[in-house]
Amino acid sequence: MTAPTQKLINDGNAAVDEMLAGILAAHPEHLWRPEHAPRAVVARQGPRKGKVALVIGGGSGHEPTFLGFVGKGLADAAAIGNVFASPPPQPAVDAALAANGGAGVLFMYGNYAGDVMNFDMASEMLEMEGVEARTVLTTDDVASHPDRAKRRGVAGNVFIFKAAGAAADRMLPLDEVERIARHANARTFTMGVALSSCSLPQTRRPSFDLPAGEMEIGMGIHGEAGVRRGPLRPADEVVDEIMDLLLAEMAAPPGARVALLVNSLGATPLMELYIMNARIVQRLQQARLSVHRTLVGPYCTSLDMAGASITLMHLDDELAGLLDHPCDCAMFRQG
Amino acid sequence: MDLTTDDLVEMFRKLSVRMATERDHLCRLDGFAGDGDHGIAMEQGMQAAHLAVTGTEGSLQDLFNAAAKGFLNAVGASSGPLYATALLRAGKAAGPRQTMPRDDLRQVIAAMRDGIVHRGKAEPGMKTMLDAWHPAAEAALAGASPDAIVTAAQEGADATRDMVAAMGRSERLGERSLGHADPGAVSAVMIVEEICGTMRAEA
Repeated sequence: MTAPTQKLINDGNAAVDEMLAGILAAHPEHLWRPEHAPRAVVARQGPRKGKVALVIGGGSGHEPTFLGFVGKGLADAAAIGNVFASPPPQPAVDAALAANGGAGVLFMYGNYAGDVMNFDMASEMLEMEGVEARTVLTTDDVASHPDRAKRRGVAGNVFIFKAAGAAADRMLPLDEVERIARHANARTFTMGVALSSCSLPQTRRPSFDLPAGEMEIGMGIHGEAGVRRGPLRPADEVVDEIMDLLLAEMAAPPGARVALLVNSLGATPLMELYIMNARIVQRLQQARLSVHRTLVGPYCTSLDMAGASITLMHLDDELAGLLDHPCDCAMFRQG
Repeated sequence: MDLTTDDLVEMFRKLSVRMATERDHLCRLDGFAGDGDHGIAMEQGMQAAHLAVTGTEGSLQDLFNAAAKGFLNAVGASSGPLYATALLRAGKAAGPRQTMPRDDLRQVIAAMRDGIVHRGKAEPGMKTMLDAWHPAAEAALAGASPDAIVTAAQEGADATRDMVAAMGRSERLGERSLGHADPGAVSAVMIVEEICGTMRAEA
């Protein structure tokens, strides 16, 4: 039996609630939570009368996803689950009611069986209260399934939520916000590589076995198996393998614009992300694609997993404008 | 002797202890194909279910309903809605009675299976918890002994080793899901075991 992984925690079972206490204390100008709803986090600025409420959510352990993207111009509220586990319906209902401006609620979250069941139950509960709730699932993880509708949602959430949040902030009606959310999702493509396992606060044991010296291309943000496992290769080769697949999937014509996210899964430092980015931009130039906006850093993590993911969003004028729209969240700001 | 509400509370206490004991084992099993947290969800869920029934006065159905709500709100995840729906159906099967014949737990097992099918939309053979619940329910309805019901569940769970996942997160593994039992089916056997233990119990 190997030694437990080292974590700065107190009690594994209390990790999520203690984290939330710390986040709310750090960002009182951005976030609050209703007294009766400890797992619903709501934007101070943002929700308002006549505006579609964008409510996101999912398991914890991916910070700053999801609650870091709650704020004016982006999501209005988030439902917070246990580590890597969908929230139950109640926090989603609480988040939706707190953010409701009378123009309907749009739930957005990654496509996972558990999240779908819980958020669908939440939608049924809201319907009984006379609040219309619709759902757009994110399915950007190219490695997870050949069929787009069955793919998981991963780091591309950032761009997809951003576009939908901007649409809602512009006071567009629910039909339009939903259309834009689907359009944004359809044009977003992510693939990752894992270099080490993560470990849950409750078990402090590697969640899966990834031997030293190996990497797994396409691994999911909870350690779901990817497309290929093999010896770790230099950054440029790993980037090339991922970019080959992403560019083929995206099939953007020369001259097209993209938004680019180079995301750390938790343990991989900025140095390595920027090394990857140097190669990524070469590949984009070769494909005659221009980068409209680049994000580099930990945006959708997997606890302490080492590894990274690359996301490309194939922009059109509408999506570019929505990504440029200002937002002010606890962990994501745009001027 | 008939099953009382106290017996039902005791059954949830045993389930809670059992899941706490098996937590790490279930997590490791989940690590092969899933995200390694199934044992945590089951431990938290059954703990909350036990807490909820100890604080509830009322009929057997009231207790099952409280357990369902407790489980769901503690867990979320996939097992939350699945077991919440299963426990609500169990409550319906037990009905607004203070006691019932222990043999009626057969209908409870079958009702739980029906709830899981309703919520999860899986079919037998897709490498899910249903592969243990379905044979257990069929055995229970056919009048099998409590031991035989457990054996049916166990054989169902064992058979998931040779199945390719077609549902849930491990679906994306395809052929790589072969060789390991589905953790949801393994924990289902434990639940069936505790229910059958209660069915068998003389008091």
